[in-house]
Amino acid sequence: MMLELIMLLLAGGVVAWQSERFNPNLPRWIAMATVILGMLLLLSTISGIPADTFNMVTEPSKAENWLLYSRHEWIPRFGISLELGMDGLSLLMLILTLALGAIAIVSSWNEIEFNPGLFQANLLWTLTGVIGVFLALDLFLFFLFWEVMLIPMYLLIAIWGHENRGYAAMKFFIFTQVSGLLMLLSIIVLAVQGAGDGDISFSYGDLLGSAPTGKAGMLTMLGFFLAFTVKLPGFPFHTWLPDAHTQAPTAGSVLLAGILLKTGAYGLLRFCIPLFPEASMQFAPIAMTLGTVGIIYGAVLAFAQSDFKRLVAYSSVSHMGFVLLGLYAWNSLALQGAIMQMVAHGVSTAALFMMAGALQHRLHTRDMNRMGGLWYNAPRMGACAMFFAVASLGLPGMGNFVAEFLVLAGLFAVSPWMTAAAAIGLITAAIYSLWLMQKTFQGKPDEERKLQDFDRREMGAMVIMMAALLWLGLYPQPVFDLTQPVLEGLQPLIVNVPETLAGNIPGGTP
Amino acid sequence: MNEFVAIAPLLMLALGATAVMLQIAFLRSVRLTAVVATVSLLLASASCFYANDTAPLQVGALLQADTYSLLFCILFTLAGAVTCVLSLDYIQHHGDEPEEYFLLLILATLGACVLAYAVHLASLLLGLELLSVSLYALIAYPNRSLLPLEAAIKYLVLSGAASATLLFGFALLYATTGTLHFSELGTALEQSDMGAALPMAGAAMILAGLAFKLSAVPFHLWTPDVYDGAPAPISGFLASVGKAAVFVVLLRLFLEANLFRYERLVELTGLMAILSMLAGNLLALQQTNIKRMLAYSSIAHIGYLLIVFMVCLDLSNRDIAIEAAAFYLIAYTATTLAAFGLLTLINEKRVEREQVQLQHVSGLFWRQPVLAGLMLVALLSLAGIPLTAGFIGKFYIFSAAVSGSNWILLAALIIGSGISIYYYLRVVFYMTKHAEEHKDAIELSPGWSGKALSCLLIASILVLGIMPQSLIAVLGSIL
Repeated sequence: MMLELIMLLLAGGVVAWQSERFNPNLPRWIAMATVILGMLLLLSTISGIPADTFNMVTEPSKAENWLLYSRHEWIPRFGISLELGMDGLSLLMLILTLALGAIAIVSSWNEIEFNPGLFQANLLWTLTGVIGVFLALDLFLFFLFWEVMLIPMYLLIAIWGHENRGYAAMKFFIFTQVSGLLMLLSIIVLAVQGAGDGDISFSYGDLLGSAPTGKAGMLTMLGFFLAFTVKLPGFPFHTWLPDAHTQAPTAGSVLLAGILLKTGAYGLLRFCIPLFPEASMQFAPIAMTLGTVGIIYGAVLAFAQSDFKRLVAYSSVSHMGFVLLGLYAWNSLALQGAIMQMVAHGVSTAALFMMAGALQHRLHTRDMNRMGGLWYNAPRMGACAMFFAVASLGLPGMGNFVAEFLVLAGLFAVSPWMTAAAAIGLITAAIYSLWLMQKTFQGKPDEERKLQDFDRREMGAMVIMMAALLWLGLYPQPVFDLTQPVLEGLQPLIVNVPETLAGNIPGGTP
Repeated sequence: MNEFVAIAPLLMLALGATAVMLQIAFLRSVRLTAVVATVSLLLASASCFYANDTAPLQVGALLQADTYSLLFCILFTLAGAVTCVLSLDYIQHHGDEPEEYFLLLILATLGACVLAYAVHLASLLLGLELLSVSLYALIAYPNRSLLPLEAAIKYLVLSGAASATLLFGFALLYATTGTLHFSELGTALEQSDMGAALPMAGAAMILAGLAFKLSAVPFHLWTPDVYDGAPAPISGFLASVGKAAVFVVLLRLFLEANLFRYERLVELTGLMAILSMLAGNLLALQQTNIKRMLAYSSIAHIGYLLIVFMVCLDLSNRDIAIEAAAFYLIAYTATTLAAFGLLTLINEKRVEREQVQLQHVSGLFWRQPVLAGLMLVALLSLAGIPLTAGFIGKFYIFSAAVSGSNWILLAALIIGSGISIYYYLRVVFYMTKHAEEHKDAIELSPGWSGKALSCLLIASILVLGIMPQSLIAVLGSIL
């Protein structure tokens, strides 16, 4: 199924691209159909899996423990195979990816006039790469998807971006590519020394527990950490993000914020920490400090922006700081919080970027100083913006609150001071989110302005995202149930956890 | 008899050259000459498989037919054939009597193949000079413009100096050992004093002479001017075959004469590698002329390749190092030919100037999607992005260097690759500019042969990148 899903999206891209010759409206329909087909394929496959498999604790090194697993020989010379595996975490990420992919297509429905076929193709190819990242178990294959998804994303920004697109696209590509090369180096070091005198292998299962110790282990781990934190993005490697977000077309921003950033968090959780337990343990205080600094720094910078998209971009830096904190606190509560943050942030930020795109499409500006009183012109947009702004600031009842609360609760057992500092982020989030609302939708309306309110298509997308956030906030248990076995499988990999990485809090699910 | 079979590719090329000469004498027709030349190059390539039955076989004192030489013979003859096809439309617009051009191209390929076969300093020199002398003439072939002449003179003078250095090195080696054969050199050096300054100086001079041909820093100064001035297909040939052949023979010399015993000398190659990676990439950043940019990037790629010499120092890693070099050379040759192939197609109709500026490719994506696709794949392969041959090559070099624990070289490799992304992507960015922005763009109408060849090259780069296992298996079994 997994290979088929990847192929489906790849082929859908090619078809969408070529269909432009017949009718410029065709590509978006084909892209939509492809994503929906992919979703159906995914759902039909999971409905075929016996329900109790979902509760089984996945031991990552054993093939039979994955929900889905497939392996084909590829480059035997280096022990590289097409090894794909899906567990609860991957499944959650896949659903998020496909859902936000559909949202991205909806958000760009009328926006793209220049070569719509190639646009939709690049969109689908980005999704292909991301899905590959979430499924790959062979580290070589993982790296391949990791890099390949950059190219369509680069093209999305470079071709359909805004005024300063060349600079932004280049910066995005160079940051991720160079950090990716460091990760490639680490992957090879890990595989070569893990092999010893035996056969070399890039398989995740084989490499678990074979990390070098001491300084070498730390350096190798840093290669992974750097690649993932650049993508996350964690402070101080975030500088590419505001530019890329601001210049990308709406759908590009939705994909970037909603999914691409999550690959970084996923990589940390799946690869960086489990592969290097010892080094990660030593490094945890630094990583958590970076997370805390990121939360506050991102929030402060977000407040200083007058560009709608830039503000949301910096708020992402702030929110992803919570993910970094949650991951390195490494207890059930915090990890569940981090995963929940990945999903909730994906949805809420995607919605805010869609809002920004809709505003730019209508007003031809992203400058908040030229907005104000928009609620009067477009009440439906205002209501939606209000909803997602308060979701983003962490109002109880929405997914973001659950996520941030869990991270802080889990973190408190590890480092109370860090928790106190990170909690400031909740206050600053309230400030910039409400500031955003104040500047754009409230205030004195401009009577002259004609603003078309959200139509049915846009409202539909918004309502779906609102429902998702409310569901995550009010009844998050299904998500926890899905990922709990994965975490229980991963957590024993780090044994003898000293004070920095607190032990397992029993009954982690709240 | 077996010996003739063993050198069948060389004989085939010599025959091809003669046939072209005779054909020109009786009937001047560019198309016919191109066909004869291409066919003889392809036949030579096919005859490598035939020659493989007798390998390994020592032919006389000078040549050695083994899988290593045959593998690269196939590569060089195929590259020669590609260059022939690419040149066809181009040379009709640029030269007065273009038929001899193909003759020279066959001779240059013959020189490259001799280098692949060479196990003797004499055959090394023969092959090298055959290659270089043909290239002088090829570079200067478009005789109606000034730039190619300048380039050829520059190449001639500097190359002459390099050859002189090389010969001096031969003399020094001969003075101490009394032999010119690679492996006999190895045994003779074994018996002489280890620290003897004379043979080491000789080896260093040979290295310098060959490094000039490879255009490794600090012997690179001629490269941008010559690439810029030469006809685009010849620049591609020079950058791919011209360098690969020299690299092949240099590697064989080091292996068979075991020059790795001089650790200082090998460290010099490491230094050259670092300098080439950094200087090549940094200088490529400054260029707005795509040909010059590719020239500097080829310097950087030689830097990546030179890493394998340091890896070879440790005997246990020698296998993977040689394999890495072979794969990289193949990937690099295909990619470089593809990149210059596109420049050829762009240049076709323009007689006076050879330069292709960045703004000339502006909006190419929307005007010529196929060509732009070729350029995109070629550039991504040069940059080492996954799914292309260049990535597998880079992966090989990474693996080899990690096995050899050459961390400084790896650092330079990563920094160099990071820089290179910028200038490769800049071309992609220009190609994707929207319609209203490309006023400077030039009209293009490539012929079917150019387009078909482009597709073939894209396909081979992608196949090597996605399914490299068969080539890897071949390399693993023969090296």
